[in-house]
Formats: sequence, C-alpha cells, structure tokens
Amino acid sequence: MKPRTPSHWIQWLLIAIGMTFLTLVVLLPVITVFGEALAAGLAAYWGSITDPDALHALRLTLLITAIAVPLNTVFGLLVSWLLARHNFRGQALLLALLDLPLSISPIVVGFMMILIFSPEMGLFADAIQRSGLRVVFATPGLAITLLFVTVPFVAREVYPALQEVPREEEEAARCLGASGWRTFWSVTFPHIRPALIYGVILCTARALGEFGAISVVSGKIIGSTNTLTLHVERTYLEYDATAAFACASLLGSVALLSLAVQTLVRMIPGSDSSPPLSG
Amino acid sequence: MSGERRRPRWGPSWALGLRLGATLYLGLLLGLPLVALGISAVRLPPQKLWALLSSELAAEAIRLSLRSATVAALINTALGLLLAWVLVRYRFPGRGFADALVDLPFAMPGVVAAIALMRLYGPGGHLGQYLDPDGPIGGWLASIGAGEFSFTGSRFGVVLAMVYATLPFVVRAVQPVLITIEPEVEEAAATLGARPPQVFAMVLLPQFVPALATGFSLALARGLGEYGLVTIITGNIPFQTLTATVFVYQRFEEFDFDGATAVSLVLLIASLGLLVLINGLALWYRRRLAL
Repeated sequence: MKPRTPSHWIQWLLIAIGMTFLTLVVLLPVITVFGEALAAGLAAYWGSITDPDALHALRLTLLITAIAVPLNTVFGLLVSWLLARHNFRGQALLLALLDLPLSISPIVVGFMMILIFSPEMGLFADAIQRSGLRVVFATPGLAITLLFVTVPFVAREVYPALQEVPREEEEAARCLGASGWRTFWSVTFPHIRPALIYGVILCTARALGEFGAISVVSGKIIGSTNTLTLHVERTYLEYDATAAFACASLLGSVALLSLAVQTLVRMIPGSDSSPPLSG
Repeated sequence: MSGERRRPRWGPSWALGLRLGATLYLGLLLGLPLVALGISAVRLPPQKLWALLSSELAAEAIRLSLRSATVAALINTALGLLLAWVLVRYRFPGRGFADALVDLPFAMPGVVAAIALMRLYGPGGHLGQYLDPDGPIGGWLASIGAGEFSFTGSRFGVVLAMVYATLPFVVRAVQPVLITIEPEVEEAAATLGARPPQVFAMVLLPQFVPALATGFSLALARGLGEYGLVTIITGNIPFQTLTATVFVYQRFEEFDFDGATAVSLVLLIASLGLLVLINGLALWYRRRLAL
C-alpha cells in the first residue's frame, strides 16, 4: 500500500516516538563516531590511522577478509546452486546448518575454534604440535574463524534469487546450443547479480567488523594478530580516544558505504528485498 | 518453485563431486566446531558440569543474559512494530533515510557502536554527563538517596547494548507483512463500528503475530550471544553486568576451559533451540499464508 500523509495528531505522535528512538539509538552514535574522530583535527586523525600498530591491524584485517570473502562467495554460489537445482537427501539439514553461524554467539564460535586447534587442548593437538603449524593466535586461525562467521551471507541471498530464475530462459539458451557455462553467465547470472552483490557486501561488512570470535582466537598480540576492531578496543581501553575513534571511523565508513550500496541494490527492480538476517 | 527438477546436463559424477565438495566444506567448517565443543562437554562428568553451571557467578551471568536479552527483545518488539508501522503507513520528511538507518546496527561493527554509545551515554558523555553524580539528574538521584547511578555500568547498559544490536530484527520481520495488508480491511472493520484500538487488536495484530514472534526470537538469540557491545559498554562487573558471553571469555582467558565449556554449552543449546523455533515459526507462517 502507499504511505499517506498523517492526518491525526496521534499519527504524528507515533512518528515522533519512532524517530526519537531511532535517533537516540542509531543516528546519534554514528554521528558521534565521525565527530569524535575529527574532533582533535585532521593531523591527529591522520596520525592515528598511520600509526604502525593501526596500519598493521588494517593490513591484517584486509588480508583475512580477502581470504574469507572470495572463498565464501564461490562456495555460497555453489551451495545455493545445489540447493535450488538439485534434489538430494539432507537438503533441509544443509539449509539449517547454513543458518548456524548467524545464531551462535561469536564468543562460543571463537572458543570452539580454540577447542579444535589449540596445540595444548585441541582436537588436533598432536598433529598441530608435530607439524609446528600455528593456527590459533595466528593468521590461519583468524581466517578460518572469519570463514565460519561469514559462510551464510552469499548463499542465503543467492538461493532465493536462484529459485526465481525462469527456467524457460535457461532451456531456450540450451536449445539454441549454448554450453552450460555460457547459459550460466549470459542467462542465469544477470538474474542473481543483485542478490550476489548484496550477499558479498553483507559478507565483507561482517568480516571487517567481526570482534567477539576474533578476540578469542587472536590472543590480541599487538603488531601480529591484532585486527582493526581489536585495535579500536585496545586504544579505547588505553584512553586514547582519538586513535580509537579515528580507526572506528574507517570501519564506520565501510558500514555506511555498504548500507548505501544495499539501498541502491534494493531499488533495482526484481532484486530480492528480503531482510538480512544478521550482521 | 515448480516440482520438476532436472538432472544436471553434465555427468552425474560432476554433480556428485560438487555436492560432495559442498557438503564436506560445510560439514568440516560448521560441523567440526560443534563436535569439538560436544567432545569437550562429554569429557566433563555430569556432576562437574552441573557444579560449574550452578556456581554463583556462572548462574548469575546466565540469568542476567536471559533477563536482559528478553527485556531488550521486548523493547525492540514494541518499538520495532511501531517503527515498521510508521515507515510503511505514513509519508513524512526523512522517511527513506530512517528506513535505511534501521539496517545500520547490522552493518556497523559492534565495537564502533559501543565506543560511540559510551561517548554519548557513558560517564561524562555528551548526554551521560547529566546522569553523573555532579550532573543535574544524577545529583537529584543522589539527593533522594538513590546513590551513585551509572547508566552504562548497570543493567541498563546491558539492555542498551542488546537493544542496539537487535534493533533491526522486528522491523525487518514485520515490514513485509504490513506492506501486504490492504487498508480496505481496516476500513471495512471501521465501517462496521470498530474503534481504532479494536481494529488494531482484532484485525491487524493477528496478521503479524507470526512475524513479530520470528523477530522476537531472532532478537532474543542475538541478544543472548552479544559480546562486543556488552563488554565495552558495561565494564563487566561481576553479579551486576557480567553476562554469560563475557563469562565464557573470562574463563577462557584464565585457561579454565571446563568453565568456558559449560557456559558455552548452555549458550549453544539456547541458540540451537531458538534456531529450531525460528524455522518452525517460518513454516507455520508459510502455511498460514497458503490458507
């Protein structure tokens, strides 16, 4: 239905209550992030961001994100393809498993990773000690944790879109002699593109902003396993508000950017507008 | 989608390989951690598990998490319904912006939001300073003997953290349902003599109860598991603001893996239970739509 201009004072009151709540809880904090980041001036801002620890944290965050997002994009496409186009036993289980990372506490996720990979207590303690490979408190552990946390996003967005693709078009392409790949790229892919973009954005935003699971697995070794979110926490706890808000504003910009792209993608007709389940 | 599913054009071995690969990836990535926690829990004798869970600090942390997540989910159910209603029904300046803003808590990293909320509502914060003992409201509270009051360093802080983290769930669950409700139904009820509250309670509310329940459960699950916002905002005071997630983290930090396992298990079972409930609700809801 079309929204109407409110005609009764109660309707204006409802709007006022809703907008006040949204302003106090969501809008003011985001303004605060950027206001505080720039409060000490641009020089201090630049100094905080180019601090060696901050730069290292930024590089590490980008590295593990660059591992997790492409892997889970390819895999998400594959899983949604399997779910939408094939009939096999355990399909419902696969779907339910996919939702798991959205509802488990990040702290529990991190702790489970420790229980698998810890060289002292882990499931594979012997093998890990023998190989000398460091997983927890090192980059591989961080990357695996991000893989776990971000696995649902692409698949959850692409799966419903894939179900909506008109099969007649694909069949027509096949009849006209197009190969399987050609059919996928020229016929199927354009239909799922908005959903895919949306999924990748959600996945990236979550990967960059992950904190709870990462803080368990990383061990917070400064200059080694400290990610950007952990760097924000550490500088904040050390009362270095300028540095904390400067780095927070970087993460906040990515969040705002992802929101802007989401809004744009949602406006494309025919794209799936189902709400994201989690962040 | 239609029931016909076709055999893939490539050979069955290809499809089988892909399926096997996907199942293996998901199974290893998502299943193995669960197995690890399961093994760690089974290794604990039941009496010890019970003793760990019923230790005062652990039990209070779990209770606090449950209570705060429920309160936060209730707040967000009421205000989320209101927000969804306002955003769908009325045209007013800033409506599109407000609609986009609702998603922000999902996109914004918890730590970033947490330090901003602290700067706003924490001690000495832009708005929090009025609650400080030497501020107007805090001074008044002290004068009536309420003692020193900290908004963020109390249970209010835990709830605030959870309200922020779970704000979008109910709005986004209810919005699509509201859009499909035709105003003619309400108008018909009004013509038949129903007062606005009656129209709301008897005509509208039954239509979005399933969506509300789904949004509530999602918010509850997320609130229970929230860590980043809670740990930064509340200062983790034992018996006051120390939630189950923070408890797990602290046990882990002190290499008390048994204690961490016990409370992790409770959190995991709670989220699995809620996951089943949410899927059940979705099924119920689809059936209702099909009627």
